[in-house]
Amino acid sequence: MTSPVSSEAFVRFDGVQKSYDGVNLVVKDLNVDIPRGEFLTMLGPSGSGKTTSLMMLAGFETATHGDIFLNGRSINNVAPHKRGIGMVFQNYALFPHMTVAENLAFPLQVRKMGKAEVKERVQKALDMVELGVFGNRRPAQLSGGQQQRVAVARALVFEPDLVLMDEPLGALDKNLREQMQYEIKHIHERLGVTVVYVTHDQSEALTMSNRIAVFEDGRIQQLAPPTELYEKPENAFVAQFIGENNTLTGRVDAVAGGICEVVLDNGDRVKALDINTDGAGHGTTLSLRPERVFLNPVDGQCQNMFSGLAEEVIYLGDHIRVRMNICGHNDFIVKVPNSSDKKGLAKGDTIPVGWSIDDCRALDA
Amino acid sequence: MAITVDASGDLSPEEQKRLKADLHRSLFRNKVRACLLVAPLVVFILVTFVAPIGNMLIRSVEDPQVNEYMPLTSAALQDWDGQELPDEAIFAALAQDLIAGRESKEIGKAATRLNYESSGMRSLIMGSARKISRIEPPYKEALIEADKDWADIDNWKVIKRLSSPYTTSYYVAALDMETSPDGEVSFVPENQQIYLKLFWRTLWMSMLITAMTVLLGYPVSYFLASLPVKKANVLMILVLLPFWTSLLVRTSSWIAMLQSQGILNDLLVWLGIIADEQRLQMIYNALGTVIAMTHILLPFMILPLYSVMKTVPPSYLRAARSLGANPWTAFWQVYLPQTIPGISAGAILVFILAIGYYITPALVGGQSGQFIGNLIAYHMQGSLNWGMAAALGVMLLVLVMGIYGLYSRFVGVNNVKLG
Repeated sequence: MTSPVSSEAFVRFDGVQKSYDGVNLVVKDLNVDIPRGEFLTMLGPSGSGKTTSLMMLAGFETATHGDIFLNGRSINNVAPHKRGIGMVFQNYALFPHMTVAENLAFPLQVRKMGKAEVKERVQKALDMVELGVFGNRRPAQLSGGQQQRVAVARALVFEPDLVLMDEPLGALDKNLREQMQYEIKHIHERLGVTVVYVTHDQSEALTMSNRIAVFEDGRIQQLAPPTELYEKPENAFVAQFIGENNTLTGRVDAVAGGICEVVLDNGDRVKALDINTDGAGHGTTLSLRPERVFLNPVDGQCQNMFSGLAEEVIYLGDHIRVRMNICGHNDFIVKVPNSSDKKGLAKGDTIPVGWSIDDCRALDA
Repeated sequence: MAITVDASGDLSPEEQKRLKADLHRSLFRNKVRACLLVAPLVVFILVTFVAPIGNMLIRSVEDPQVNEYMPLTSAALQDWDGQELPDEAIFAALAQDLIAGRESKEIGKAATRLNYESSGMRSLIMGSARKISRIEPPYKEALIEADKDWADIDNWKVIKRLSSPYTTSYYVAALDMETSPDGEVSFVPENQQIYLKLFWRTLWMSMLITAMTVLLGYPVSYFLASLPVKKANVLMILVLLPFWTSLLVRTSSWIAMLQSQGILNDLLVWLGIIADEQRLQMIYNALGTVIAMTHILLPFMILPLYSVMKTVPPSYLRAARSLGANPWTAFWQVYLPQTIPGISAGAILVFILAIGYYITPALVGGQSGQFIGNLIAYHMQGSLNWGMAAALGVMLLVLVMGIYGLYSRFVGVNNVKLG
């Protein structure tokens, strides 16, 4: 099966499959079109096939089936060094026996560029990542964040149209990671280069990407911009994987006009948007974001109203996190904004809880 | 008493002294323990390594016979200028030595030693010693009367040269040089040179063997390092297998393989590649030594190479490829430089082992494949010239240390890594 041809696809996976052992498929039928200039993130748990997909694009793994196109040309049989794709590796892979400047000059020298031009480009690239004076250092003499920037500069110095990044921030501590996310994002915006980024960190994906492809079990579960992915997950895996999520399981009782009525396992009835169910009589998973659940809702605000028992109240500064027992689930989380009128809530209180149909999505079982 | 620290945190000089004493006391038991732990090994090394080497160093310069068995002559000759025949006093000393030596029957040892330097000295000494009881002073005339060779000033020069209990003569001989009676040192004619040629051959053959182990070991190590650990460990047994087999067995099997009626020649004849009467001479020559020693020393190259290659992440090669380098450039500019510590460690190991090798060249080397070690063994066991063996051994030691010095200067010892 092939997806409709898009004339603007710069990178295109067409029915790509990959198996390492001839028994299991690590990547099952991958179809993605990536337009020029996009920042696309492959997000997923480990073993979901995202890194394998990236390695196939880079040319270090061969697809067992299907085609990968770059700029309209199939690159299945093109050697990695002829693909002209920049790559940032997980542990940077900076050559330890070369100085920073020599590392940056390497891709230019193998392209037989003149000495003067190499020097100029290396300096430009170093300035871009604000490491202008570090050219003569060895990678080992730099901090983790500086090495990371050198690795990014090296992948960009030969001006590739496509840059691949394989969990490049995994080795950095939290603060540095966040700072580097913005730096990479800004470099992408400034240069307009196409980036395919692999990570298992969802906040990283949400921060940087134009679109995110959520991988699980060798398939893309959903490919969408960050807001859509969070607001409108299409299946239970995506809802659970991206952000915090309350899950209620039950059976669809009736469907009408895009809205379905679900009987929960304990017999309570909930109205939800019918997104991805198999129709009346089939099981379903309801997804509900904790911040879209209201305590003591005003009349008419919520179509679904229940009574909940506060089992745990955790004060987190900007919001209060309440774990409640609702509809037979005792791991139901409600995030309450920290406003002066909510101070009274205490463990053991029983209070009315409600949510709107629009915030409750009925997904696959 | 505990040391008090004031608000500033500084200690007064006396208190610093006390703190040091406290520290010393608290560490004393540990130090004693450490000493006791290493003591057995230190004693072992002193007895089995330092002492024999020291003994060998001394033997290579020791030459006590003339000094010991002709003590008066040796002492008297100290002030002799060597311009003209010695005076009566020296002849008298010689006569005393001959009398004493004849009585103790030990004059022959000095005579033999002198004969090494200049043939005819033995009969001169022994003949004079026999006649000494009948000789009356003045001794100068009487001794020259007894044997006119005593009038030959060159003989006296030989005695004077050997009168010191120490000598450089072994080293002079080990460098293929000889000392003329006048004390001038010059090389022997080229067709008589043995040792320098052998040193040179040992050196270049060791280098050749080292180069061969690098060429053969590098691809194997690379292959092993690229395999998953489980498979690599199984294959590593094949590399280590030779270690567990006796050196003698391995060398002997090379004889079976390479000799003219051996397996390899039979195979070549059978395949029709060579005629029966053209069987290749692959053993009992330099070629045999190189083949057998390359095989025997190969594990010493593979092991350090493998463990260094294991530490080079495959992502470096991938990074180089993604940056546009073809496989060859990626290997040459990125992979190889990172394995140089392993090559260094393997090369220095193989080279130093090779340069002192003995058994294999002795068994498969024939004439052209002998190493300097074989000649040292010959002097130890065959000619019983231990002084010569010691001098050659010391020269070998100096050579190895010199090469190691050059190596650490140009390559750097820090560049050697065993994993």
